[in-house]
Amino acid sequence: MNKKSISYEFLKGFIKENPTLVMLLGMCPTLAVTTMASNGIGMGLATTFVLVCSNLVISALRKVIPAEVRLPVFIVIIAGFVTFIEFMLKGYMTSLYDRLGIFLSLITVNCIILGRAESFASKNSIFRSLLDGLGMGCGFTLALFTMGSLREIFGAGTWFGIDLNLPLQIPAFIMPAGGFFTLGIIIAVVYKITDKKPPVLVGCACCPIASSCKSYGKCNEISESEGNAE
Amino acid sequence: MREILVILVAAMLTDNFVLVKFMGICPFLGVSKKLDSALGMGAAVTFVMVSASLCTYPVYTFILVPLGLEYLKTVAFILLIAAFVQLIEMVIHKKIPALYSALGVFLPLITTNCAVLGVTILNIDNGFTLTQSLINGLGGGLGFTIALVIFSSVRSRVEKSDIPKAFKGVPSTLIAASIVSLSFMGFSGLLT
Repeated sequence: MNKKSISYEFLKGFIKENPTLVMLLGMCPTLAVTTMASNGIGMGLATTFVLVCSNLVISALRKVIPAEVRLPVFIVIIAGFVTFIEFMLKGYMTSLYDRLGIFLSLITVNCIILGRAESFASKNSIFRSLLDGLGMGCGFTLALFTMGSLREIFGAGTWFGIDLNLPLQIPAFIMPAGGFFTLGIIIAVVYKITDKKPPVLVGCACCPIASSCKSYGKCNEISESEGNAE
Repeated sequence: MREILVILVAAMLTDNFVLVKFMGICPFLGVSKKLDSALGMGAAVTFVMVSASLCTYPVYTFILVPLGLEYLKTVAFILLIAAFVQLIEMVIHKKIPALYSALGVFLPLITTNCAVLGVTILNIDNGFTLTQSLINGLGGGLGFTIALVIFSSVRSRVEKSDIPKAFKGVPSTLIAASIVSLSFMGFSGLLT
């Protein structure tokens, strides 16, 4: 892993290993807050901040944290940074704080952050973890921004609150159903462009506690074997 | 009584955790391939949601509020839920093996499920009492189960159909979820 170039660690998050569109992590905030382009960027940057900080701290402490209790330690570190960003947004950007609502607290359980902590920051140097966090965060922000823009333009006829005077608006796009629909289309387009076969199902990799899970792969194994039997 | 019914129906249908509030999408997409596992996952989530509501309420009201530490609720709740799920898993494993074989697979999966942390934080944000919190947890869990069960049936149909290559797998699943979510919007007029 250490043989990969430094620029690769930063750039992989944008498209090749985009956390949302390719690895299918962090679906909940992707669907929930992207009714407006500005919400998408706000959520993306808040998550990036938490991701970079937690990657840095976890990477710095990776030799100190005992392996058995690493998950609770990671969660506390992440939750601490989430509380910090909650305070900052509440103090300086109240309108964004109100719009993101509960999903700001739920950054704590965002699979991307715990996933990167577990699979990257706990094994790599501080500098690489910083780049990895920045890249992944930017990829996430990019995906959220795309989602938010599409939904806002089609659903409300505005972009960043500016009226675009579109002849037709489809309010369904800013409703919950539109979130699933837009994400489905974007993922299909990404796979069409990269000419890869989309994954059949969201696997255990999307679960933040996958590495310590005793039933790793089993929950899907049950459904897989059934699928084959049919 | 009426108030309790309103909370229950709201958490189950009109504000369905998965399809309207977008919490717990990962298990919703991951474990909905087969009816049996959908039911098992739903039961486990319902169980954990109710018990998480039960144990976070006293911690918030009797420990965090008197000490003026309300802002620590995210940290406290996530630790509490993680410890609690681990404990339940051990107890069920030892005492009720039959239940463990039915739910055990799913229990570790939901420690950091955002629907569980979400329900406990919503209880506090909405200023619910203990009873209301429990009902909210129960309704949320049942709503999750309903969504998962309905979706597992929809999905088995979608997977057998002939769709463009780029849409196979996750994209078609998401679009099917969008249609199921659309049907849940029909409930929105239920509580007015």
